[in-house]
Amino acid sequence: MNEILQRTPLYEAHKALGAKLVPFAGYEMPVQYPTGVMVEHNWTRQNAGLFDVSHMGQCFIVGPDFETTSRAMEKLVPADIAGLAPHQQRYSQLLNEDGGVLDDLMITRAAYKNYEGWLYVVVNASRKEADYAHFEKHLPECLKLQKGEDLALLALQGPRAVEVLTKFVPAVSDLKFMHYAALDIEGIAAHVTRSGYTGEDGFELSVFAKDAVRLWNLLMADVLVRPIGLGARDSLRLEAGLCLYGHELDESTSPNEAGLMWSIAKKRRETGGFIGAARVQKELAQGVLRKRVGIRPDGRAPARDGTEIQNTDGHKIGVITSGGFGPTVNGPIAIGYVETAFSDVGTKVNLIVRGQALPAQIIKLPFIPNNFKR
Amino acid sequence: MNKVFSKDHEWVTVEGDVATIGITNHAQEQLGDVVFIELPKIGAQVVCDASIAVVESVKAASEIFVPVSGEIVAINTELSGDPALVNRDAEGEAWFFKVKLSKPDELSKLMDKSAYDKFVG
Repeated sequence: MNEILQRTPLYEAHKALGAKLVPFAGYEMPVQYPTGVMVEHNWTRQNAGLFDVSHMGQCFIVGPDFETTSRAMEKLVPADIAGLAPHQQRYSQLLNEDGGVLDDLMITRAAYKNYEGWLYVVVNASRKEADYAHFEKHLPECLKLQKGEDLALLALQGPRAVEVLTKFVPAVSDLKFMHYAALDIEGIAAHVTRSGYTGEDGFELSVFAKDAVRLWNLLMADVLVRPIGLGARDSLRLEAGLCLYGHELDESTSPNEAGLMWSIAKKRRETGGFIGAARVQKELAQGVLRKRVGIRPDGRAPARDGTEIQNTDGHKIGVITSGGFGPTVNGPIAIGYVETAFSDVGTKVNLIVRGQALPAQIIKLPFIPNNFKR
Repeated sequence: MNKVFSKDHEWVTVEGDVATIGITNHAQEQLGDVVFIELPKIGAQVVCDASIAVVESVKAASEIFVPVSGEIVAINTELSGDPALVNRDAEGEAWFFKVKLSKPDELSKLMDKSAYDKFVG
């Protein structure tokens, strides 16, 4: 099959930097730059890594006022949207009727002047077409979906990301975690949230596609900033214990099983009223059969996605959904699902890698402490 | 004997009837940061083109195919403590294993350096 791959506005910039470009979710994306995944990962943990995440789906849910828009959105996601303060952002999931996860997403009440009825939403690249169809099917007539197809998205992540951005916009240091601000960066209108996918402090910057290269170059000019590819993005999020759609989350998995109940406010758990609520409430009352856990192999061999997890008696109790090497942990790490009886921290399990049972232990996620700016 | 190369990106040098085998610099570049290597056991009988070792990079696991048949007579234990040696010196210090050849004729189908360079183009 000859798939036509899309390119982000930064494609030429990646090529000029010597990136290795690979197909990802229909886009030709940088998986790594010449220094490699390990160096990029460590750079992001210590300084500031710049990611092109323009492949992700940016869109707006547009209604006449915040009250109307948030109430409609609450039918589609289990998070407390009506309770969002102006400029606040929340993580949530789109669920199907059976309570399985269609996608996970970020929802922001930008509260931008004259756009009070708008929610800014970022969804996964691989799911955006399905998500947009889902929105259009389920949103009431007074609301519409507006796709941000003329937008690019850059992520600046790491403990020194704030230092870099402050040079352009001093006020950015006051931006709180999971909050939004409209900023002017050297004449570029940037819609910035303090959030990310690395477990570090950092920002996501949404700009018009036409401004993406100039913003990229402005940030890259700082010696604290290096470009980071999808390879390190994955190892960073894995160490941070974050879900990746298609791995930890899919249409058969509930937010309860995935350990995402922190993202569902008490009020919404009780009152429901969102698609998929029946399963979420049932599992809240009765518990879940399997749970998402962190797994630390005792040895040095990584266990990859799909690896069978057995109890010490040799019975299958689960499967790894993401696994690899954690550069900051300096060892193999994995996330997977196990039967609830085997999900306690400290439980000994075996991972079946190339026919051998490798001893491992259930551990508490994340693998490294989060470094968010609260 | 000069270094020869397989289509699966291993290099081979031969002294007497023992072949020393590793992965090529090209392979190392493609794999990226190597974090774990599983080697065969000394004494194992191996047949040409069998998968007998595994290289795990940050990104993925890759099988290593032995390009000759014979008996494993040595493995490079340095690699278990320092797998990144493969990234630093793939075609030198980071050899994987030595095979006592049972079918030396198999060497004739391997490529010389210029043919391999053309192959990876």
